[in-house]
Amino acid sequence: MKFVAVSSCPTGIAHTYMAAEALEQAGRAAGHEVVVETQGAAGSQPLDPAVIAAADGVIYAADLEVQGRDRFAGKPFVDVGVKKAVHDAPGVVAAAVAAVEAAPAAGSSASPTAAVATAAPATRQVGTGTRIRQYLMTGVSYMIPFVAAGGILIALGFMLASVAWAENGAIEVTGVDAAVLWTAFEWGNLQHWAVLLFQTGALAFGFLVPALSAYIAYAIADRPGIAPGFVGGSIAGLVGAGFLGGIATGFLAGFVALWLARRNVPKGGRGVMPVVVIPLVTTLVVGFATFLIIGPPMKAINDALTAWLNGLSGGALIPLGILLGLMMCFDLGGPVNKVAYVFATTGLINAAGDIGSTEARIMAAVMAAGMVPPLAIALATTLRPRIFTEAERESGKSAWLLGASFISEGAIPFAAADPVRMLPSFMLGGAVTGGLTMAVGSGLVAPHGGIWVTPLISLPLLFLLALAVGTVVSAFAVLFAKNIGRNPQEAVLDDAESLAALSGAR
Amino acid sequence: MPDAPLITPDLVAVDVVAADRDDVTRRLVDLLVAAGRVTDAEGFLADVRAREAQMATGMPGGIGLPHARSEHVTVPSLAVAKVPAGVDFGAPDGPATLVFLIAAPSGGDSDHLKILAALARRLVHESFRTSLHEAPDAGAVADIVTREVVPS
Repeated sequence: MKFVAVSSCPTGIAHTYMAAEALEQAGRAAGHEVVVETQGAAGSQPLDPAVIAAADGVIYAADLEVQGRDRFAGKPFVDVGVKKAVHDAPGVVAAAVAAVEAAPAAGSSASPTAAVATAAPATRQVGTGTRIRQYLMTGVSYMIPFVAAGGILIALGFMLASVAWAENGAIEVTGVDAAVLWTAFEWGNLQHWAVLLFQTGALAFGFLVPALSAYIAYAIADRPGIAPGFVGGSIAGLVGAGFLGGIATGFLAGFVALWLARRNVPKGGRGVMPVVVIPLVTTLVVGFATFLIIGPPMKAINDALTAWLNGLSGGALIPLGILLGLMMCFDLGGPVNKVAYVFATTGLINAAGDIGSTEARIMAAVMAAGMVPPLAIALATTLRPRIFTEAERESGKSAWLLGASFISEGAIPFAAADPVRMLPSFMLGGAVTGGLTMAVGSGLVAPHGGIWVTPLISLPLLFLLALAVGTVVSAFAVLFAKNIGRNPQEAVLDDAESLAALSGAR
Repeated sequence: MPDAPLITPDLVAVDVVAADRDDVTRRLVDLLVAAGRVTDAEGFLADVRAREAQMATGMPGGIGLPHARSEHVTVPSLAVAKVPAGVDFGAPDGPATLVFLIAAPSGGDSDHLKILAALARRLVHESFRTSLHEAPDAGAVADIVTREVVPS
């Protein structure tokens, strides 16, 4: 038989470990496997969940409160105290064997023990999903400040620029070399202030995917995961893999670092493991994987989609608008989004400032669709604040400004925490807005700027209407999707976990 | 003394005659104080007594295992007394002839405490106890402990 055991004692230096050793020995002698978690002063290495799952029974040789007793829920157990395990380990193991044999086979619903036992596997499944969600939530919670600070500064930069330059401000501000700030800054020059806001915000925004990746890795592997996570996220940005790529590098960095941390190394080498060896090796592995494994398909996707879009550009405009809307919202700054956006902006060159051209109408549809996800999140958190966490509600407020400024990334905190529910909801709204914008015939000859370039949009009121309809559709889709696949109790539980993850992050 | 060995021959007393467990513990504490590993003999003794009062530390096989984590301890240490006539440590099978005093610093980091965990695990092995019973002198006892107690 297989047993797991927990040992602990008041001092945590002697009996905890004697009991562990005695139980392991006694188990071996009797032909059973006993794996002990020592909850002592030298720190406790938690039992592998797989080992717990495989165990037939549990031995509590603990004089202190057992930490994480719920992990063993439903398994037959003996509770003997630490002294008995030290003095008579063979007797304790025999008692544990008897307890397992006395427990009814799992599946027969006759006794309460069996009922608990059948409930146990479900609990474990939730455990894995919950843990992945906690990793994501940790990454997201550290990323949010970058999104908020960067996004709001960019938006304020646009706002100020539209005052400083008149109607083209949001375009002009992005074309100014940042070097002006440290070579020729004029205190009374509003344009320079606008550049300051925009450049600071843009740099802060550059940390978005690296921070997401780094703190997912941190949640998995603690500090040694941070450096490789940052590097992986940065490379994900470089190869155009977006935030989904950053999630992948975060998990990769975290699990590689964790695997390395669990290797047995000679005593002399332990000191350099967390500060040198683990970050070094993990960063190398993550760099290799991101450049050579994640990178090439991104390039292939980009090329294929671009060629495909170019082939479609002569066709009907409304389906093209729907398609571009779907693409803009598919990955919020990732490879697919980028293809649609670059397709629109490169077309602008041919538009030659003609606001009635097909190219200008494509640009309008792309920008409108890209504004939908953050606006939809902002609306959803306003309509039903109770189903969102405190942190999500705060993010939702700044998402109004980010969405209005065509900063699709404002929705990433929500998308990263729950991509399966959020991304399709965004895409639905994006498709509606993209198609409608084409239908009403709005055009735009600026590559970005959101509502700050309204003077450059033809038929601006219809443009805003198309945007509003898609936003409402998407917001309701978000609220609807939030309720799929979970009962209300679980949602509350999830929120509590999210809050715990977020407050732990602060 | 961050990397001091767990035990040195100075911390082993052979042929001890002791009236009771408090007496033998006091002698071992004095050895630790003399070696500079315990700063306050009375303070540390009080901590050990408090632990002993919670649950007797006698083990089957003639072992007494007084121990404490204490702010008066500077480095994880083991002091050993061989008491041929035996002294009661509350074990069910009779008096202890081999007494281990484990001293752990209260703020010790986990690397330091792992050596004590390894010691505790070795103590369960009868072969380890037998070799200590049979060790002829203080140097041999210290050698056996140093050789066999390696943190996993």
